[in-house]
Amino acid sequence: MSNTKHTLIALVEDKPGVLNRVASLFRRRGFNIEGIAVGRSEQPGLSRMTVVVGGDSAEVEQVRKQLDKLINVVRVSDITEEDIVARELALIKVNATASTRSEIIQIVDIFRANIVDVAADSLTVEVTGDEDKINSLFELLRRFGIKEMTRTGRVALTRGGIA
Amino acid sequence: MLARGDPFMRKTGAQILCESLIREGVEVIFGILGGALLPIYDAFPQYPQLRHILVRHEQGAAHAADGYARATHKAGVCLATSGPGATNLVTGIANAYMDSSPVVAITGQVARPFIGKDAFQEADITGIMLPITKHNYLVTDAAGLAKTVKEAFYIAQTGRPGPVLIDIPRDVQQEEAEFVYPDKVDLPGYRFISRGHLAQIEKATKLINEAEQPLIIAGRGIIISQAYDELKELAEKAQIPVVSTLLGIGAFPGNHVLSFGMLGMHGMAYANMAVQNADLIIAIGMRFDDRATANTKDFAPYARIIHIDIDPAEIGKNVRVDVPIVGDVKNVLKATNKKIDCRNHPDWLFQLEQWRYEHPSLEIRQNDEVLPQYVIHQICEATQGDAIVVTGVGQNQMWAAQHFVYTKPNSLISAGGLGTMGFELPAAMGAKVGRPEEVVWCIAGDGGFQMTIQELATIAQEKIAVKIAIINNGYLGMVRQWQELFYQRRYVDTKLWNPDFVKIAEAYDIPGIRVKRRDEVAPAIYKAMDYAGPFLIDFVVEPEEDVYPMVPPGESLAKVLEMPKPEILETPKPGAVSNY
Repeated sequence: MSNTKHTLIALVEDKPGVLNRVASLFRRRGFNIEGIAVGRSEQPGLSRMTVVVGGDSAEVEQVRKQLDKLINVVRVSDITEEDIVARELALIKVNATASTRSEIIQIVDIFRANIVDVAADSLTVEVTGDEDKINSLFELLRRFGIKEMTRTGRVALTRGGIA
Repeated sequence: MLARGDPFMRKTGAQILCESLIREGVEVIFGILGGALLPIYDAFPQYPQLRHILVRHEQGAAHAADGYARATHKAGVCLATSGPGATNLVTGIANAYMDSSPVVAITGQVARPFIGKDAFQEADITGIMLPITKHNYLVTDAAGLAKTVKEAFYIAQTGRPGPVLIDIPRDVQQEEAEFVYPDKVDLPGYRFISRGHLAQIEKATKLINEAEQPLIIAGRGIIISQAYDELKELAEKAQIPVVSTLLGIGAFPGNHVLSFGMLGMHGMAYANMAVQNADLIIAIGMRFDDRATANTKDFAPYARIIHIDIDPAEIGKNVRVDVPIVGDVKNVLKATNKKIDCRNHPDWLFQLEQWRYEHPSLEIRQNDEVLPQYVIHQICEATQGDAIVVTGVGQNQMWAAQHFVYTKPNSLISAGGLGTMGFELPAAMGAKVGRPEEVVWCIAGDGGFQMTIQELATIAQEKIAVKIAIINNGYLGMVRQWQELFYQRRYVDTKLWNPDFVKIAEAYDIPGIRVKRRDEVAPAIYKAMDYAGPFLIDFVVEPEEDVYPMVPPGESLAKVLEMPKPEILETPKPGAVSNY
C-alpha cells in the first residue's frame, strides 16, 4: 500500500472536547495530522471536520473505523478517492517596497488572490485554492521576503449529491 | 413565581444520581468517598436498595466493578472522589476497556467555579480517561444528569461493551433540578450492527460447508453475547473442533469432545497445530490479540478466515480476513446455523486427537514438592469444575487457564488484554458479590496479590466468601521465566521477599493455611471450601517451575516449545518487532 495523503470528512456533534477526542485518536494510532479544519455544518448542533493525514490505505481505514466508534462522531468518510472540491485559505504577509509593490500586485492578480492589507513595508495577501496553488504563490512571493504566513488547512466536500 | 413542576420531583444532583442508578437496576456500588463525593454519600441512606461496598483503594473499586460486570452480564459501578481518587481508577478502567467490560465509573469533581484552577484534588479525569473509555462525560448541570446516566449505561452495555466515565462536580451534586428519567436515548453518533449481513452469512456458510479441516476460535464475544448454545450447535452440527482464546475460555465446555483447549503463546500444542493446519478458521467474537496469534505473518497459513465480531474496527486490524461478518455473535450464529449442512470430518478430528495424544501439553510430573499445575488441577477436582475462577496475570493465570477444566459457561474471569497484576483479588470480590451462590476461587501470584492486598479488609468487612489460592513461588514468575529463557537466567529484580501471607490473612480476621507438600494440597482445598467465609491458602510451590507449552516471542504458532526445558534461547534482539 502506498503512503498517500488522505482526506477524511467527519460530521461531529458540536460539544466541548470533541476536537480533542478526534485528535487524540490520530495521535494514539500514530498518525501525524497534516491539516485539520473545523466549523459549523448545515445542520444545527453539528460541525464538519476535514482532516488530512498521510498513511497507507489500510491504516487510514483502521483509524476511520476507530473514529466512527466515537460517540460524538456522527459520520466519517475517507473521500480521497472520490470526486471532491477541496479548498484552503492562506494569508501571506510579504515585504513590499515602492519598487516591488507593483510586481507583487501583478502576481497576486494572476493567482486571483486579494490584497487585504497594505502597510508601508508590506502587503498581506489572501489566497484561496488547493494546496498546489497556495504553494506556488508562496514560492513566487518568497523572493520578496515573507514576514508571516498562516493557512487554514483543507476543507472539502464531495461533488454532486450527498456523501 | 412560575410553577416549577411537581415539587416532589425536584431533587438534588446526588438524589438524581441515586434514583437514576436504581432505575438502571444497579444494586451494588464499589467505592471510596472523599470531599468531592460528600453530597452523594450523604444521600445514600435515603436509598437502602443501593448497597455500597467500601473498598480500600480505588483500583480495587474499578476491578471489583469489572469482576461484577463479567460475572453478571450487568454493568458494574464504581465510585471515586476527585483528583487522586479518580486517577487511582485508571488501571482498572484501562483493564475493563481492553476486555470489553461494561463498567460505569462515577467520579466526583471539584465544584464548577474551581474547574481549571488547579484546585485542591482537581484532576482532568475526562481528559486522562479519554483513550481508555468507550465514552465519558463531564456533567455541567443537575438538569442534565439523569440523561447522562441513561446514556452512560446504554453505551456501556450495548454493542461492544466498555467502560463509561461520568465526572460530576460537587456543586452539581448539590444543585436542585427536576427529576425526569428518560425512557430512551438519542445518540445519533452511536450505532452498532446487531444482525449480520445476509450475503456475508451466505458466503461464510459456503466456506463452512466446503471445508475439510475447519476450526472454530472462540473468543469472549461469545460470552458477552451469551451465545453458548449457538456455538455448540455450530460445532456439533458441522463437527468442527473448537479452540479458544484466554478470554474465550468458558464459551464452550472444556470437556466437550470437540474442545481442544486454548490457543496462543501458552496454548495447547495441539490447539496451535490445529490453527496452523486448518483450511478454514471461524473466528468468533475475538480480536486476534498477539498472545493468541503469535507472529501474524505465519498465522494459519492454509486457512481462509471468517471473522464474526460486533466491532467493525476489529475486522482486518491484525490479520487478513476472507469473510468478515459484523454483528452480534448470537444473531449471526443463529442465522448461520440454519444454513449449514450436517457434516463430519473424521480424518481431521482423528488428526487432532493424534496430536493431542502425541503432545500431551497438560501432563503434570510426579513430585513431592507442590507443583502449581497440581494445585490448579486439585482445585478443579475439588470443585468438580463448578466454580468461578478469577486471575490476574502471569504464570498463575496461565496455569489456571490450562489446568482447570471449564465446563460451565463464563467460569473464568481474567485480566486478558491489559494483563493487570492485582486484578484477581478485587475482581474475585466483585464476582462473588454479583453471584453469591457460586464458589469463587481467586488464583493469585505472590507478586500480584501484594498489589491489591488491602482489599482483604473489604472482604473481611463485607464477609465476601472468596477462596484465595496464592501460587507462591517467591518470584515475579512469568518475568523470571523470560529471564531464564531469553536472558541467560539473569534474575534481575524478580526475586521477592514476601511476608507471611497466613499471618496477614489472620490479621484481617481471615483464616489461612500454608501448604508445602503435595499431599497437603487437596485437604487444604477442602478445608477452604468447607469454611463458610473467605479463606486463604498460601501454596508454596516449586520456585522455578515454567509455563509450557510456550511459543517464544516473535515466532509463529508452529514453533511450540514443550516440556522438558529447552536450552537457553536467544536473547530477543533490541529492535526486534515482536511484542514481548
